[in-house]
Amino acid sequence: MPAYLDHAASTPVRPEAAAAALPFLTDLHGNPTAAHAWGRQARRALDDARDDLAEVLGARPGEVVFTSGGTEADNQAIAGVLAARGGVAVCSAIEHHAVLEPVERSGGRVVRVDHRGTIDLDALRDALDPGVTVVSVMLANNEIGVLQRLDEVVEIVRIHAPGAVVHTDAVQAFPWIDVADAAAAADLVSVSAHKFGGLKGSGALVVRPGAAVAPILRGGGQERDRRSGTPNVVGAVAMAAAARATHDHRKATVERVSALRDRLADGLLAAVPDAVETAVAGGDRSRKVAGSLHLCVPGVESEALLFLLDQAGVAASAAASCASGALDPSHVLAALGCDRALAGGSLRLSLGWNTTAADVDLALQVVPAAVARLRAAGVPR
Amino acid sequence: MSGRRERDGNDRGLGASAASERLRVFVAMSGGVDSSVAAALLLEAGHDVTGVTLKLWGGESDTGCCSVSDVDDARRVADHLGIDHHTFNFGDDFTAHVVEPYVEQHAAGRTPNPCVECNRHVKFDRLFARAEVLGFDAVATGHHARIVTDTGGRRRIARGVDRAKDQSYVVHMLGQAQLARLLLPVGDLTKDEVRARARALGLRTAGKPDSQDVCFITSAQGRAAFLGARIPLRPGRVVDQSGAEVGRVPAVELVTIGQRKGLGLAGGGAPRFAIDVDVPAATVTVGSAGDLLAAEVRVGALAWADGPMAGDLLVQTSAHGVPHAATVAVDPADRTVVVVRWSDPARRVAPGQSVVFYDGDEVVGGGSAQA
Repeated sequence: MPAYLDHAASTPVRPEAAAAALPFLTDLHGNPTAAHAWGRQARRALDDARDDLAEVLGARPGEVVFTSGGTEADNQAIAGVLAARGGVAVCSAIEHHAVLEPVERSGGRVVRVDHRGTIDLDALRDALDPGVTVVSVMLANNEIGVLQRLDEVVEIVRIHAPGAVVHTDAVQAFPWIDVADAAAAADLVSVSAHKFGGLKGSGALVVRPGAAVAPILRGGGQERDRRSGTPNVVGAVAMAAAARATHDHRKATVERVSALRDRLADGLLAAVPDAVETAVAGGDRSRKVAGSLHLCVPGVESEALLFLLDQAGVAASAAASCASGALDPSHVLAALGCDRALAGGSLRLSLGWNTTAADVDLALQVVPAAVARLRAAGVPR
Repeated sequence: MSGRRERDGNDRGLGASAASERLRVFVAMSGGVDSSVAAALLLEAGHDVTGVTLKLWGGESDTGCCSVSDVDDARRVADHLGIDHHTFNFGDDFTAHVVEPYVEQHAAGRTPNPCVECNRHVKFDRLFARAEVLGFDAVATGHHARIVTDTGGRRRIARGVDRAKDQSYVVHMLGQAQLARLLLPVGDLTKDEVRARARALGLRTAGKPDSQDVCFITSAQGRAAFLGARIPLRPGRVVDQSGAEVGRVPAVELVTIGQRKGLGLAGGGAPRFAIDVDVPAATVTVGSAGDLLAAEVRVGALAWADGPMAGDLLVQTSAHGVPHAATVAVDPADRTVVVVRWSDPARRVAPGQSVVFYDGDEVVGGGSAQA
């Protein structure tokens, strides 16, 4: 059996989500804004989904705006605030490109992180002034799984940029931590369904009252004029079901998966003693989400390693892929001060809700063998 | 000496010398028609084929992401053929071995050949190493060139069947170890035949135009903009052989020996050509067509197919240039250099250009023209 260890890229669809989606792929095809029975049925499903998602996100239903996914939610947050209020955007150096790009393109400020991937709060303070209107700091990083102390970030923002709204990209955090609690202080929160057992192409942005966000998609005025376009009903329904299942099982999943992750990490570090576990010192993984394992393997090239893992049935990842499918050097590892040559041997194994002990066993067998093979061949670098 | 060779066979085209042998082959797929058909032919020949597209430029650069549409074409051709396709990012190698030297060479007033350096360092060195590490037996490309083997098993690159499309010049640097693991499936076909095969196979790249020019320089911006963003381009004087100023150029680093246009010369009279470029003095010397001729050229940075060769050879100094007869001899004062003495005086070769030695249609080696 192959081992799918790339949950941070996309998760398998949860059965609850598939079951919830199915009627909307067959009989229930109405447009939720239509004034007939089909429309009302779709409208009700969409609003039920909104209620459910709002509850697990600690929001009121009216605060949930359905989007096409995490990228749209992130873009909406940054560009929406800048469009509504102008001013300066600030984010951390390890944000997803969906935040980093809009911030950089708007001439915003990027705040450094330390070698463990935690935002430098002094640097954040220095980057803030009353002209800052939006600050975006992710809850958990997509590449290395590191969690930020969002409460401390919010506290500093409220003092040094009192008019700014705080956005958090909770896309990678949601499977593992209670976002309702962890992001309670944020004004804007992004989630993406396919990272927790929903469908690709659906996500949401929570917009708290008072956070002025101009729409970036204009047209029919759906989603209370905040996001035009016919809502993705099947996506929203599946997302709500997946969110509910994720929320209900989270404690058990985290316990089970973190034990698997620790076994995988410890086993790989024992088998490849010179591998470096990114952003982890002394085996302390308490500041990482449970499903995340990121290693840098000296003397090995990620592309070659991933090729061999793929052939042996282990699906893994390295850094962010560009549109061509090639691996680009990771801005996250660079921000951590990771040596570029070492970063060239990066390996991300991300576990998820259906990862099994057998998956870990296979990876423990395949990864060290592939590393040994590449080293025996003497990869030039 | 060429009599020992199988002249009209291309036994490393499809690995056909051992027809029963099923090879694991990486095909370097650029997204063009030649490499698409190369992949298809290898598959037909029964090999275990994996398509690979190299990402070489872009991403961190000023030109946006690499040619994503070319990667898409390669991947869709691979999908159509039912083979795996991977994209490898060799951008660091490309920058270090191709782009940076290209800029440095221009800064020094030489005329680099980036496609040759890309083949040498990226397509061959780097991709061969990757293929070996991953357990592949061979690498194939869509170059219009052939590989011939003599009775003793020694191999050489030979010109492709389609003389107008022959690319033996740009792959001249290959030695025995690489030739033994390279396949050139389309070297036996004309370009028309390649396109016909692509059409017959329903490949989406069948009608795609041939790639042109240097891939990392956009046609809209051009060489001057590319280099101008990286090195200071300095205006220069254009003088005749007496030293009298006859024109000005906006950037002496962009002038190539043999260049006729863009030298700011007054019209009328016999055509004049750049015959010397002195970057430190910011001076271009012009002369007549006759002044452009030289009796010899010195060639360094040599690579040989199977050890150094001397004597009467055919010598080609540009990708699609006409080969000229010459006598090639090692410089006794510097054995890393050969002196090419032309049978009849030939146009000066811009320093930095590749100079390739042929025995008949077969490449025996090549190097870089010296100042």
